[in-house]
Amino acid sequence: MALNLDDIKRIAHLARIEVSDSEAQETLNKLSGILGLIEQMQAVDTTGIVPMSHSQDVTQRLREDVVTKTNQRELFQSIAPATQDGLYLVPKVIE
Amino acid sequence: MQWEVVIGLETHTQLQTKSKQFSGASTTYGAEPNTQACEVSIALPGVLPVLNKEAVECAIKFGLAIEAEMAPRSVFSRKNYFYPDLPKGYQISQFELPVVGKGKITIQVPATKNTEAYEKVINITRAHLEEDAGKSVHGAVEGMSGIDLNRAGTPLLEIVTEPDMRSAAEAVAYAKKLHELVQWIGICDGNMQEGSFRCDVNVSVRPKGSDKLGTRREIKNLNSFKFMQQAIEYETQWQIETLEDGGTIQQATVLFNPDTGETRAMRSKEEANDYRYFPDPDLLPLEVTEADKARVRAQMPELPQALQARLVSEYQLSSYDASTLTASRSQADYFVAVVHAGADPKQAANWVMGALSAKLNAEEKSIVDSPVSAAQLAALLKRIADNTISNNAAKQVFEGLWAGEGEVDAIIEAKGLKQVSDTGAIEAIINEVLAANQAMVDEYKAGKEKAFNALVGQCMKASKGKANPAQVNELLKAKLG
Repeated sequence: MALNLDDIKRIAHLARIEVSDSEAQETLNKLSGILGLIEQMQAVDTTGIVPMSHSQDVTQRLREDVVTKTNQRELFQSIAPATQDGLYLVPKVIE
Repeated sequence: MQWEVVIGLETHTQLQTKSKQFSGASTTYGAEPNTQACEVSIALPGVLPVLNKEAVECAIKFGLAIEAEMAPRSVFSRKNYFYPDLPKGYQISQFELPVVGKGKITIQVPATKNTEAYEKVINITRAHLEEDAGKSVHGAVEGMSGIDLNRAGTPLLEIVTEPDMRSAAEAVAYAKKLHELVQWIGICDGNMQEGSFRCDVNVSVRPKGSDKLGTRREIKNLNSFKFMQQAIEYETQWQIETLEDGGTIQQATVLFNPDTGETRAMRSKEEANDYRYFPDPDLLPLEVTEADKARVRAQMPELPQALQARLVSEYQLSSYDASTLTASRSQADYFVAVVHAGADPKQAANWVMGALSAKLNAEEKSIVDSPVSAAQLAALLKRIADNTISNNAAKQVFEGLWAGEGEVDAIIEAKGLKQVSDTGAIEAIINEVLAANQAMVDEYKAGKEKAFNALVGQCMKASKGKANPAQVNELLKAKLG
């Protein structure tokens, strides 16, 4: 799969990362290198091998359904840029 | 051209847990903003998710209830998008390997003026565990939006169907069935006002007979069955008209406006839909063993299908009656209580599905709040069975019970509804009627069967409806020999 500069711009937008034109070219080279590596790996026959979803071969530990957290709103909101009536304030969101 | 609508549903059910999906913050509804938003809910750097055991058991319960395939391992993935009510920048969900795989739900589609009631199997594609987002509050501060993260991280089970439904009625029947099922197995409180049960409906149309799917539009966040029906009907009509006018349908997310009854496109999906899922490295694969399933199964109530089969085999009900009675757990419990209190099952079924359900509907009451208790209804049915009152009188007693006029026997007494079953008394009435209606007697003797019914009617009238009709019939027949 070949990437172009438009793909880079789009991926950067989806990730909300600002990428200048010169950075975009550099990023394109790096990402293309990674994709090239993946292409090489895809030549390996993986028939019958279960895809790995985690590097450790262990399963998830579960937590008992108990409320353990207390209200720490004041502490958390002390570092928030803007709050009112207990709400975090952000620039207006419109659908 | 004849068109066919194709519908699939995605339902978010909020699981009945005390704490959140990945943290020990409370999930209680209606708390002061951000008082139940811990460091995991607000996504402070460095925090880690730990999965809630109860939420996993809820998912297993659902899987068992729909006889679904459940993979021994499922995987949590990150669904990436930016929105202020999602502080992590991704929602933890499941993508390639959901906890619950393919299953089935049988729905009952009610009769309409032109169609008979029927059953249909809806295939479930999957159900996966995920977390809810927070809430945005608009308008509190000029130029700003307020964010409440109390709901962020609340456990959800998203249940996805195949595009198996072919009408708004089928979609609503499915949604109602699912709504009852999740409450029946106790995984969701079903409160639609509080958003515990929210449906997204995918609608597309195609020429009838075609096997290719049309382009779909997704109606988001329907929180009432009435709105669902209206939204699907409007959307279907809109798509048909658009195509017939030579237009094309663009894939989109639409919102339903209950005030206008219309659907309106919210945003185009292409860009927003690139969620770049990948396995969440913070969570290990979830293992569900046969032992886990057996343990969960042991805690589950008798399922609607099993109870339905038992009503047919044990009580000789028709399968239609059995499925209607088991449409909700509260109704099934009520019916079983009436039978256990000594009523005849067939009679009990007729009354629960008939008079009681009509009255509850008319007054928009739920069966749990029925003014007539199961014990009272059973007592009433016993008085019909032992010939104390007629079916007609029973209806009056039922009204009395509903209005809180007392217990069954007291109402029968107070209203003078006791059926006359005393042979002597009935014979006296028959003699009077025969004497006064010689013409009808002659007609009957001349071979007119109808005259007999007229005579029975006269006797019932003379007894003010209190004579036992079966006895009147029998005695009259004997007299006219």
